[in-house]
Amino acid sequence: MPAGVVIVGGGQAGYQTAASLRTEGYDGPVFLIGEESQPPYQRPPLSKAFVLGKQDHAHVLLRPESYYPDHRIELLTRERVISIDRVARRVRLQSGTEVGYDTLVLAPGARNRPLPVAGATLEGVRYLRTLTEAIEIKQRLEQAQQVVIIGGGFIGLEIAASARTLGRPVTVIETLPRLMARVVAPVVSEFFLASHRARGVEIVLNAKVEAIEGGSRGGDRGKVQGVLLHDGRRLAADLVVIGVGIVPNTELAMETGLPVANGIVTDEFLRTPDERIFAIGDCAEHPSIFARASASAQVRLESVQNAVDQGVCVARTIIGKAMPYSAIPWFWSDQFDLRLQMAGLPGGHDHTVVRGVPESGRFSVFYFHQGKLCAVDSVNRPADHLAARKLIGSRTALTPGQAADESVNLKTVVY
Amino acid sequence: MPKINYISHQGETFAIDVPVGESVMEGAVRNGIDGIVAECGGSCLCATCHVYVDERFLPLLPPLDEDQDAMLDSTACERMPNSRLSCQIAVRVELEGLIVRMPETQK
Repeated sequence: MPAGVVIVGGGQAGYQTAASLRTEGYDGPVFLIGEESQPPYQRPPLSKAFVLGKQDHAHVLLRPESYYPDHRIELLTRERVISIDRVARRVRLQSGTEVGYDTLVLAPGARNRPLPVAGATLEGVRYLRTLTEAIEIKQRLEQAQQVVIIGGGFIGLEIAASARTLGRPVTVIETLPRLMARVVAPVVSEFFLASHRARGVEIVLNAKVEAIEGGSRGGDRGKVQGVLLHDGRRLAADLVVIGVGIVPNTELAMETGLPVANGIVTDEFLRTPDERIFAIGDCAEHPSIFARASASAQVRLESVQNAVDQGVCVARTIIGKAMPYSAIPWFWSDQFDLRLQMAGLPGGHDHTVVRGVPESGRFSVFYFHQGKLCAVDSVNRPADHLAARKLIGSRTALTPGQAADESVNLKTVVY
Repeated sequence: MPKINYISHQGETFAIDVPVGESVMEGAVRNGIDGIVAECGGSCLCATCHVYVDERFLPLLPPLDEDQDAMLDSTACERMPNSRLSCQIAVRVELEGLIVRMPETQK
């Protein structure tokens, strides 16, 4: 059998590469190798519709199991690539099998960043990234009397909203002075702080976790009972969910001698310095034309959009329709009835203006760098978000004054 | 279960029984039909589940809301008057025999 494309990682990026290879007409063998026991599935619903019971297991799968054999995609689950022989062009699997490749696509994703405090391994302390973890959290949420979330980022706030929707008392602990501080402007942080509090979520800012505490005797031994903060405060909890970011899985690339910085380093075609190896999704960094406000032109993005668009891009390159990766970055987070949508990359911006009134629950923040629009965050204003994707993507000039002026129709500014 | 007819850009028809309450997008995805990407999983966020709805069925669909209308301006293939996002069409008994045509590409 001729060697084909081997894809390392069965997440959204890996799945999309395999699917796009077939829709683009690639005829050779395709191997999709994932560590988890399930076929590729969607992660975004796990913190929302899935734990709320609105979307079941079958509905989070990206495609049914039959899709893979039907499309001649060799899906290997519960399998791991342990080494790459770049000279012989083959990968070795944990099971001992070796698979040859013409092209190797590294999409191993990321893993939860562990919280380095005592008690983080107690029963009832969970992280959320995988479907297995989501199943566990969903079950525990049904019984939980007091939920503490460590981390006021997207994942933490989404789980907080879900837990609250289920009627559970919830407290979110955030180290920084504001929510989602790494990515959104203060006005957005403040809006979400007020919104979560208004819906019954307790939020503690500027709070560092000293330890997670468990029971010491009888049936309570080893079970979480609460969280101790640096200032001595204790928060009772029978379920603690930690959401403090992810760590890209770059070890395999590093061991095979590929350059790794913030992620596996690629060029604008998402290719590593080994011309037969690509790297995509959460684990990889690429030069981005949208990073013009940032200190570095290389960016590593953690989003569904990036995973999907990079999968499509690599599939097209493999079949000979190479185009530099240039998709506009976008992202969303649903929390309660609030939809936060982000377009572009705000890193390094020097000016922001607000369109609309935050108190109304519908507004957007426009981020500028040296007078040029670089990103827009929208809350319950999908039309602004879509206009932003086009404005930023087409590099249409938009002044801060126009952005703030609601009488200016953003759609007509785009050309 | 209402039968939904998905016609690929190449003209192949896939007749699929889709449970009431599921979306037309889910019916395609859960049956492994190509031609619908559904990147955002049905949240009306990505415009990659674009379909052209057979004219006879248009009156049976709910009117376009603001979100979908805005999203349809971002489809990869040309927007037509009968363009819809299939994640926003919930299957009902009255949609028995619905015909949707899939565009050449969603990305």
